[in-house]
Amino acid sequence: MSNHDTHEHGDPIAEIKKVTIILSVLTIIELILGFWMIGVTSEGGRLAIKGTIVILMLAKAFYIVAYFMHLKHELKNLIMTIVVPLALFIWFITAFLSDGNSFRNLRNTYDPHFKAQSTIKVEAKEAHHGEEGAKEATPAKAAETEKK
Amino acid sequence: MSNVTTASTKEAKWWNGGKSPFDVEYGKVMMWYFLMSDAFTFGAFLIAYGTVRFSTNGWPNPNEVFKSYPFAGEGTNAPLVFVSIMTFILIISSVTMVLAVHAGKMMDKKGVVRNMIFTIIGGIAFLSCQAWEWNHLHHEGAWWGMNPFINADGTASSTNFTNFFFTITGFHGFHVFSGVVINIIMLIMTLTNQFEKRGHYLMIEKAGLYWHFVDLVWVFVFTCFYLL
Repeated sequence: MSNHDTHEHGDPIAEIKKVTIILSVLTIIELILGFWMIGVTSEGGRLAIKGTIVILMLAKAFYIVAYFMHLKHELKNLIMTIVVPLALFIWFITAFLSDGNSFRNLRNTYDPHFKAQSTIKVEAKEAHHGEEGAKEATPAKAAETEKK
Repeated sequence: MSNVTTASTKEAKWWNGGKSPFDVEYGKVMMWYFLMSDAFTFGAFLIAYGTVRFSTNGWPNPNEVFKSYPFAGEGTNAPLVFVSIMTFILIISSVTMVLAVHAGKMMDKKGVVRNMIFTIIGGIAFLSCQAWEWNHLHHEGAWWGMNPFINADGTASSTNFTNFFFTITGFHGFHVFSGVVINIIMLIMTLTNQFEKRGHYLMIEKAGLYWHFVDLVWVFVFTCFYLL
């Protein structure tokens, strides 16, 4: 088993190093895109950045599964028995996300209350710092954080 | 031919050779199938989250929600900083796990022990980070059924955001916790020479598969909740 593994591909330590660097670089690019997106307001621009992030995410997933989990160096039979069922996700994602999207459009068209609710601006309450929301459930704990 | 078909009902063991179809041991194949089923569970969670998010007009801005880190002051505005640290902790612990598996293949007990310890430390560090973040969000008033954060466009939000966040990161955190427990058991078994006696470190490979899967899921959870 181990013999056939080492023959199949070169120095495993070099491969681990290479994949580590690739994963780190991809993560850093993702984070840079995430920071960049904070300032982007146009809908199309945000969508483009989000699409890029998703592609980078899939690339990271590929490197983890293929090299860290060693799937790339397994027999094709094993690869197929894992990868083919997971292809169902392509359909799940397409079907469910477009269904959610269509549900939103339908509600915006036919449910005036839903539409109205999502246009009323509310005040950005200072709940971010442990006042508003926390009071209801755990007033004592919220007071503690205030002291800190 | 008729012999074979009639005999197959009585003697199930009529096939006894040929090439091994997968060329990995039974436990590893089963670990792969378990991970595949687990991938469907996580996938279902994340797709449910995506569907609900697509069906609502507004959603809280993650850069507003996750903008603090430990020992930071009240007005800190550092989006993505803490979660990027968590991400790197998990990636690095995955790397040390690969190194442990590699050391196991070389029958290098010391290497296995050293890298398993690093992996366990990484797992515990990640869990501590998550515990801090949950605690911090809870103090801000976020929990299942409670959402203090308004939508990015300034409209009132529902509790969907916090419900999905705590359920999915909680389920992932539970996997990390199980992974740490499994890794500790593997470390003890290595230290007590169980694998040396068996003559192989295949158990470390199976624990490694599980640990990488936990890292893999975090790649998706991190992207879906903190970046998108």
